[in-house]
Amino acid sequence: MNLIDHLVIFPVLIPFFVAVALLFPSFSYSLARQRILTIAANILMVVIALVLLLKVKDQGIQVYALGDWSAPFGIVLVADAFSVLMVCLSAILGLAVIMYASAGDDKSGAFFHPLIMFQLMGINGAFLTGDAFNLFVFFEVLLIASYALMMHGGGKQRIQANIHYVFLNLIGSSLFLFALGTLYGTLGTLNFADMADRIQLLSSNELLITKSGALLLLAVFGLKAAMLPVHFWLPKAYASTSAPVAALFAIMTKVGIYSIWRVHGVMFGDQAGELANIALPWLWPIALLTIAIGAISVLASQSLRVLCSNLVIVSVGTLLVTISVNTVQASTAGIYYLLHSTIACAAMFLLAGLIQLQRGKAEDRFVTARSMPQAGILGFTFALLAIGLIGMPPLSGFVGKALILQSVTKASQAIWIWPLILGSGLIALIALSRAGTSLFWRTTGENTSALKGHPIQYLAIGLLVGILPLMVIFGGLVSDYAQLAAEQLNAGLSLQQLNEVAK
Amino acid sequence: MELVYAVCVGFMSACGIFLMLRGHTFTLVIGLTLLSYAVNLFLFASGGLTIGAPSVLNGSENYADPLPQALVLTAIVIGFAMTAFAVILAMRGRSDLGNDHVDGTEPFDRLAAEEKS
Repeated sequence: MNLIDHLVIFPVLIPFFVAVALLFPSFSYSLARQRILTIAANILMVVIALVLLLKVKDQGIQVYALGDWSAPFGIVLVADAFSVLMVCLSAILGLAVIMYASAGDDKSGAFFHPLIMFQLMGINGAFLTGDAFNLFVFFEVLLIASYALMMHGGGKQRIQANIHYVFLNLIGSSLFLFALGTLYGTLGTLNFADMADRIQLLSSNELLITKSGALLLLAVFGLKAAMLPVHFWLPKAYASTSAPVAALFAIMTKVGIYSIWRVHGVMFGDQAGELANIALPWLWPIALLTIAIGAISVLASQSLRVLCSNLVIVSVGTLLVTISVNTVQASTAGIYYLLHSTIACAAMFLLAGLIQLQRGKAEDRFVTARSMPQAGILGFTFALLAIGLIGMPPLSGFVGKALILQSVTKASQAIWIWPLILGSGLIALIALSRAGTSLFWRTTGENTSALKGHPIQYLAIGLLVGILPLMVIFGGLVSDYAQLAAEQLNAGLSLQQLNEVAK
Repeated sequence: MELVYAVCVGFMSACGIFLMLRGHTFTLVIGLTLLSYAVNLFLFASGGLTIGAPSVLNGSENYADPLPQALVLTAIVIGFAMTAFAVILAMRGRSDLGNDHVDGTEPFDRLAAEEKS
């Protein structure tokens, strides 16, 4: 085996080794060296993710058996088009976040860079793994890094929001283990492909137990994804943490969505025999309610970061809708929208950080304050991002929402989805224009402070904002790849296929 | 044996959930610990309970499933780390916020206020 065969595990190994290296004295005493190493590592990760992207497109699904143990006995990493796309997204997001933080946010506490790297390792691992227990382990890796990152820099508000976040997720982890134990008890395996095969062969007295395990898993993933009844932790957590961390967390809810897609959309999907689509009757109303409640909270938001957190909840609802529609076309639209909404929300969080810095005591609240020293460029970026988040042409939000609306063909579904998605867009338009007017136009006098954003912070935001028009210009390429991802996802993967690919 | 085992796991999780529903970080940590004990036992039993059988195949028909044991080991290690983090966070919250309520402020207790006055 040459190096290119091991490519699949690199997105997990690189952040791990870099994080460990950062803890050694020659790096841990010098922030400048840490910044250079992490930025270099992230550029490398973007390159590797892109190479993997092309490789999956040319050669189909890649399977990496750890230690060369074949599938049901060992743990496998599965790189199909969807997971590779997500790894690519996390690498680009990680790069932007670290560039932004290198301007000074990493100084407010210790170990910022190692924690970000461990978090990226957990995120990439969760996307790539093909084993349910391994998914749990990577969830814990990304969670424990996120616990520490969330209160990085300290402060009463952060500690208080973090207490909610940590304890809720600890309870979630316990439920995750209960669900895994239940599923292992009836299915006798934790490999995703093997589980999907065996679900069809369950005897009738095992059905109910398996069903309860699967729905418990939905609750756990729903907690991570901020699905409706368990979304209350999100606005406070995202709004109180520092800007780069909030931006990185934009992908954390998507890890939950991704897992729901894999487990409840596919494993318990159309081919699951008696248990086919057990989660859909639950997902459908929850998804619609998540959009509705998210949109109402958007209107009620009093500061830019809270508003942006609520937009994350709306996007989670929209993605859940595409999962519950359950067609290849809807999945394609969902994957496209997922890429767009993650990048747009992350960029907005970064921008909110700069706005907060330049407005002094008023922070990012919608109140009258002194004007910002760099109001011009901030306002322009804000307008661009707002257009993207609302879903107006010409940016990718419009394409994403149009694809979703187009994919809903049944009249009974369209009657619910169309008004909700268009209505949430209208509400976002109202809320974001109100936010823009009060942040940039309701000013009293000139700001004399010299607090200006660092060029690298603008570069980081520009990197993310630049992707939005690119996703429209190369819209055909992106949506073709999203379709490939959706087809591979919906086709599922049996154990036999998995082992054939592994050879 | 299965009945006793199931009752124990169920009782322990019930205690854990009861403690977690209280609003203070101290009881929350204790509740979480109990719940994670219950989880570990539950995972251990998920491969079926067997007595006096080797955990690895040695040609005999009767053997205990080795995988849940590996899962439990991993779960114990992770649970231990998470509990340690939760304890430190609870202490930090107690010192920064001045009380150990999960919301950062004690809710208004009408009865206690009336007794005082």
